[in-house]
Amino acid sequence: MIRFDNIAWRAGAFALEKISFTVPAGRYGVLMGRTGGGKTSLLEIICGLRRPTAGSIWLGDHQVTQLAPGERGLGYVPQDGALFSTMTVREHLGFALRVRRRPAGEIARRVEELAGPLGIAALLDRHPPGLSGGERQRVALGRALAARPQVLLLDEPLSALDDDTREPLADLLHRVQRETAVTVLHVTHQRSEATRLADVLFRLDAGQVVETPLNDPLYV
Amino acid sequence: MSRRAFDPFWLVLGIITGSYLLFWLGLLGAAAVHSSPHDLWHALQTREIRYAIWLSLITCTLTAGLSLLLAVPVGYLLARGYFRGRVWLDAALDIPIVLPPMVVGLCLLIFFQTVVGHLIERVIPFTYTIAGVVLAQFVIGAAFAVRTMRGTFEHLSERPENVALTLGCTRTRAVWLVTLPAARSGMFAAASIAWARSLGEFGPILVFAGATRMKTEVLPTSVWLELSVGNLEAAIAVSLLMVALAVVVLASVRLVGERV
Repeated sequence: MIRFDNIAWRAGAFALEKISFTVPAGRYGVLMGRTGGGKTSLLEIICGLRRPTAGSIWLGDHQVTQLAPGERGLGYVPQDGALFSTMTVREHLGFALRVRRRPAGEIARRVEELAGPLGIAALLDRHPPGLSGGERQRVALGRALAARPQVLLLDEPLSALDDDTREPLADLLHRVQRETAVTVLHVTHQRSEATRLADVLFRLDAGQVVETPLNDPLYV
Repeated sequence: MSRRAFDPFWLVLGIITGSYLLFWLGLLGAAAVHSSPHDLWHALQTREIRYAIWLSLITCTLTAGLSLLLAVPVGYLLARGYFRGRVWLDAALDIPIVLPPMVVGLCLLIFFQTVVGHLIERVIPFTYTIAGVVLAQFVIGAAFAVRTMRGTFEHLSERPENVALTLGCTRTRAVWLVTLPAARSGMFAAASIAWARSLGEFGPILVFAGATRMKTEVLPTSVWLELSVGNLEAAIAVSLLMVALAVVVLASVRLVGERV
């Protein structure tokens, strides 16, 4: 579960006030809103990369508002993947476990386990500059899932992709969520992604988040 | 294929750039042909100049290493830290760049006459010593290295480091594992610039570390000492050696820097 409880955040003239909404455990939540409306900021507040001026964030049964990003048990896929330029794909997939000082054998097994279903087994020794947009997103997704997070945050994961790449990656996101039962919050400005993937749909408009019925003809 | 229309704009820019380059090549060429290669080689074989060559190479390398150790944290703070007074700190760190070099030497000399300076010198003597040469080079070289590292960190996206934080890293570990490897070419450039700047440093070294032969004589000191006794061949030989070293450093930054 991801729960925003009266979250407020301000940066200069831009403000988000009294944001409250919940993505139920094991569901695929999509947050829609215009570009520049604060969607990424909301994800970064969940991650702990931005500190809210008021309110609290809950992940599962835990209030995480004061926790460091790495203590929150989440996976984050930022826009364009933000891959580590000097690491191979293998090192990306093993990164979260390496940071947790897991044994090399366990890291290697987890890398193999992730690479197959994500379709990047042939890319394990490549570096980010040699990857296509879709491949980069798959690597970023694998990196985020490696430590088996309870929550997965996706920032416009399909926006920069062409049609041929977008469809298979949308399928993959759907399949991964169903198989791992991870709670997902996916932000996008594209309605087609929302209708395709969402179990629950939210709209961010004028600094407020409202839950929107999936079949609401006004929005979907 | 049709030829592009002639544009005098580019011709003028080409002439200006070419003239400037020609002026520099003329200066270097005049120095190079003033003496025979044999005389130049002979000048470089003297005991004092060989000592100056080694002292320059060693002190510049030490200074480059020390400058990098300072420039990485300070450059990161300036690029990524958001705090009151950052603009003033940024300006203050440029002071060694804009101060006349002699003044830097004088400030060092006076500082080590104070009580604090005397206490430091009980542990490491700086005034008129080799350590003083390194310190005089470091004061200016480090300022250039800090500039370079700040620029490097500003050009690197913050997001990979933020992702590393969400994956369980502390800030220190995220910087160590993700940001510093991505900043390798900038670190190489910063160290090279500090090295090259230190190689040409003269004023502060003369004032603070002196110009004692076989003790604190570095290559710029050699040029000055040889000129002052009228030995033009030796002065030219050392100058050309410094030009060659500077070209090697520049070429390394360009070639290796792109690959690192």
